[in-house]
Amino acid sequence: MSDIYHIVVCAGIVPDPLQTLEPIITPTGPALKNEMMLPAVLDPWASHALYEAANLAAHFPGSKLWLVSGAPKAKLQQVMMNVAQKASFELVPLDIAANGFSDAHAIAKTLADAVQFIPGLERSRLMIFGGRESASRGAGVTMQLVGEQLGIIDQFQGVDLLTVQSDGSFEILERIEGGRHLASICKGPPVLLGWATGRLPEPKNNPQVGMANMRSVMPALQKAKPATLAQNVSYANVAPPKQHRQTRVVKDHSADEIASELAEWITRG
Amino acid sequence: MPAGEFMVQNILFLAHVDESGKGMPRVALEVITAAQDAARLASASLVIGIVGGEISDAADSVARIGAPIVGVCGADFAHPRYATDAAALEAICRAVGSDIVIAPATSRFLRVIPGVAQGLGGQVDTHITSLEFGDGAVSAKRWFYKQRVEAVIHRDSRPWFLLVDPGGYERWSGEAGTARVEGLDVQLPAETKRTTFAGVRVPATDAQTIRPDAKLLFVAGAGWCKRQSDGTAHVPEAEAAILDFLQTSGASLGGSKSLVDQSGENQSVLRFMTHLNQVRQTGSTPRHPKGLSTCCHGEEPHVVGWRFINERRAINLDPNCGWARGKADVLYVADAFQVIPKLNALLNKK
Repeated sequence: MSDIYHIVVCAGIVPDPLQTLEPIITPTGPALKNEMMLPAVLDPWASHALYEAANLAAHFPGSKLWLVSGAPKAKLQQVMMNVAQKASFELVPLDIAANGFSDAHAIAKTLADAVQFIPGLERSRLMIFGGRESASRGAGVTMQLVGEQLGIIDQFQGVDLLTVQSDGSFEILERIEGGRHLASICKGPPVLLGWATGRLPEPKNNPQVGMANMRSVMPALQKAKPATLAQNVSYANVAPPKQHRQTRVVKDHSADEIASELAEWITRG
Repeated sequence: MPAGEFMVQNILFLAHVDESGKGMPRVALEVITAAQDAARLASASLVIGIVGGEISDAADSVARIGAPIVGVCGADFAHPRYATDAAALEAICRAVGSDIVIAPATSRFLRVIPGVAQGLGGQVDTHITSLEFGDGAVSAKRWFYKQRVEAVIHRDSRPWFLLVDPGGYERWSGEAGTARVEGLDVQLPAETKRTTFAGVRVPATDAQTIRPDAKLLFVAGAGWCKRQSDGTAHVPEAEAAILDFLQTSGASLGGSKSLVDQSGENQSVLRFMTHLNQVRQTGSTPRHPKGLSTCCHGEEPHVVGWRFINERRAINLDPNCGWARGKADVLYVADAFQVIPKLNALLNKK
């Protein structure tokens, strides 16, 4: 088997982290106030997965990269204007009203179904990438559920490094407790990797790549059919945390005084 | 019957053996308390399931709980591996037949239990901070949007797998006893062994800076690598001050995303700072009794990672930074480059 990979990156979109989030209850369940108005970004950990996938595909000529992303079509189009400049991919859009309160099981089923219908995808070359968890649900289960539905039993989560060995096997480093990595050797595809931050920086925007991507992204978005998500989880209460501290602001103290106060605080109790 | 209400016959608590092979991870001993509470409140029986290379010591450590113990052991289960862990856990779940399965949110279980739930036709939720059992109904509390929204959830589907985060329950600390373990024989097809364990790697840093058990979290922000009042950056001095502080205080090191990201932008960086140190957005949510932030503005994306830091203090030159707006207990308006070396000197004397 030559080293050609069919890489599918699963990624949702989330509100820009700088936005203030206010949960509200709607007839269909919890949501965020003005959710459709909030600026959105590709999910951060999934973004790392995309950068790693693009890098891998670039190093193994003939490899293909798909980005499967589920969100309301308008939001997806907005986010793709930026993401499309980061890496070359073929978009598989899913027009779904997904947010942080959507059920991960329903999202996973939609993603798995979409992957199965990608034309030309070869299981013997298949690598499913995604973020270890999202910045919205933060469930950390979606990718495993996708993998299980696709029958992939070599799964890795919190991945920071994938190295293709000379014999075609993969060395994979996964984050574990205590700031350490679990190292594993996997014989090869099919595999599923839920990425942590990886080792690659965010690529600079490349307008030429963006233009090339958008030629296929826009028609794909236009063809995307709206789908509904089953909601298997019920919410009894949704609220922002009530943690507001009375901050004591210490001004005009010397460095010696502050150091002394901190030393006493650190060593106390 | 109202949503979430049902009769619980038994509750299965799942654990794996820790890396020493002689006990359970600390978080497992915390979550077993949650499982005991749940069984008591639901008037259900508790069953313990254990996976590992050798499980007798781990089983003995919780024998005095008095719950039946079911286990899968052997060399194939000594190290984390999705396929074999899934086979072992599925066998235990099928043997016990519980509707509610409670497990600690370790990296090993976070990897595999969602797949086990899928395989059994069940559902799963992670990062649970507390469980509530009342009037036959079960619900769970967890965070959404990176600790910015908290919700109480329940599901009707069964089995319902609940992975509980550390820090929410007292650690079980009973005496060890002698356990009688019902061992299950799990046959593993060859394809479940395509992945092999290749060791545990510690990041190549000057020192191990991530210390989950430390009483203090020290977070360095991007300000440490910025130009100072003399117009130049002082990264070597920053490195020396921070490493000295970590050594004298025993603190664990965290970093803001902006500081960690600088390493990818060819800027001067703290050599020991990696993405593993990062505290939210794409980092960890550490749990420590105290936290000290330095040269970090305390904006929301950074502070969400502080949700489980009890006492918070910050040093920043800007009196109007995010820490001053109800995010810290004390904000020192000062230059960390001056304060930290003096603090190190005081801590060295103590």
